[in-house]
Amino acid sequence: MPGTIETYFDKLERTRVWRSIFRSGRGTSKLHNALAIQQNVFLHLFPTKVRKRMLGLEATWYLGTLTLGTFIVLVVTGILLMLYYHPSVPRAYSDVKDLQFVVSSGLFLRNLHRWSAHAMVFLAFAHMFRVFYRGAYRTPREFNWVVGVVLLLVTLLLSYTGYLLPWDQLAFWAITVGTNISSAVPLIGDKIRFLLLGGHLVNANALLRFYVLHCVILPLTAVLFLAVHFWRIRKDGGLYVRETEPGVTGADKQLSNQEQGSR
Amino acid sequence: MTPPKDYSAEVNSNMRVSQRRVLFVTRRTSPQVKVYDEEKVQTSPEVLIRALLAVECLIIALVLMSLFFNAPLEGVANPTNTPNPAKAPWYFLGLQEILHYFPPVVAGVLIPGLLVTALIIIPYFDINIEADGLFLKNRKRRMMLSMIVAGSFSLFFLFFKVYVALVPTVIMTALVLLAAFSSPLSSSRFRRYLALRPIFWWIMTWFLFELIVLTAVGTFFRGPGWSWVWPWRS
Ligand code: HEM
Repeated sequence: MPGTIETYFDKLERTRVWRSIFRSGRGTSKLHNALAIQQNVFLHLFPTKVRKRMLGLEATWYLGTLTLGTFIVLVVTGILLMLYYHPSVPRAYSDVKDLQFVVSSGLFLRNLHRWSAHAMVFLAFAHMFRVFYRGAYRTPREFNWVVGVVLLLVTLLLSYTGYLLPWDQLAFWAITVGTNISSAVPLIGDKIRFLLLGGHLVNANALLRFYVLHCVILPLTAVLFLAVHFWRIRKDGGLYVRETEPGVTGADKQLSNQEQGSR
Repeated sequence: MTPPKDYSAEVNSNMRVSQRRVLFVTRRTSPQVKVYDEEKVQTSPEVLIRALLAVECLIIALVLMSLFFNAPLEGVANPTNTPNPAKAPWYFLGLQEILHYFPPVVAGVLIPGLLVTALIIIPYFDINIEADGLFLKNRKRRMMLSMIVAGSFSLFFLFFKVYVALVPTVIMTALVLLAAFSSPLSSSRFRRYLALRPIFWWIMTWFLFELIVLTAVGTFFRGPGWSWVWPWRS
């Protein structure tokens, strides 16, 4: 029998090793599909079933999903960029120049990371407003909204700390303007600024601190809160449904009733 | 004399002893009340496939953008050469615009702090959980209150010459007024819509409007010394 990819894959799925890793087993039955979610450490953050009407574009506009998408793109391209980048002065700048002109596809890599970062900030804001206008922040989802606010702040900080890393004029002065604001905090302002920059000026120490924040601390924080965010969606009873739950009902029911009436 | 009760209230969780159960489903704290059977689909594969498709479209868009537009890279950082204007990334330009009018403690610390606090406490506000239109009840009183609030903000912006923030406020005030004089049975779809908007809708939409206008002004309309420039005349 000629081996097609399918038959090879079939065989692979039957092996003892495969079965030991993916316990849900083979098959497309409801049980198998449910197990595929439940028995996977990452996917089990999500519910095994979702209300059908939440699949359409009109409910969430898929904005949360897309925000997650940009985050994944950023992690992948970010790791690749780290292979070429030294967080030191003036090496950082020449490394970025090399990425632009020497490294193959380096320019593309850097572009993708940069534009995805802008997209993530934009999408996180858009997702927040979408959640708000659907009324999806109300009980029992209050805490997930708060987790979301933390995610928004982490997203902003991720983008902002990354801004310094190319060590060009744009980077240097944007961070100078920003960190000067922190010294306006009453009493401890200058201390905060010193802590952020590792000195009184934006210099090599500041670059190193921003690098550690950007590549280690903030991404880990983001992953942590994302896990809580997704798990809470399941625990709060799946995505918010407008008609069946208390919340927006009053006004919107009235509106939709009238529209039906006027037809 | 009242007749003796033929029942007694008790709290008992032992199924064998007391078999009757009264369940109170309170309006607000019930995550999974089934009102009717809702059609559901399985996460694997239906939701996963759709999520992957959505992300794939996003990646295609980002890749295309990265092929055609290059990320900016200026000269090496030079602490002795201040560019004019020195701008923060776009998502902070709304704040930088405010920084132009108020001292840093206000624009850089107080206002962002208040905004974040406001965002966090949004879901803990229990006012008007039914989300009725703002002017459907107590119309006179609410109209007076909203005009006082809108008027104070407008005067405040006028006093500090923050015309950029004044314009969205005035437009929103006009819409609030229109809502107050619109009936939910109005023949115009737009006025029907406005009449049914609840209080928090008005607040958030005002915030969103200000955010967009301030960010756009900071991004496109500010030049050397934070002076006003027309983007098409440079
Ligand atoms: C890094 C940023 C974020 C990511 C990746 C993310 C991801 C998601 C995803 C995938 C969902 C599922 C449904 C959907 O697509 O809307 C969701 C739901 C939700 N998000 Fe986010 N989110 C982020 C930030 C935020 C922010 C800033 C807020 C609000 C302040 C927020 C509040 C919520 C709430 C309340 C839900 C539940 C909505 C419902 O039940 O319908 N999230 N999030």
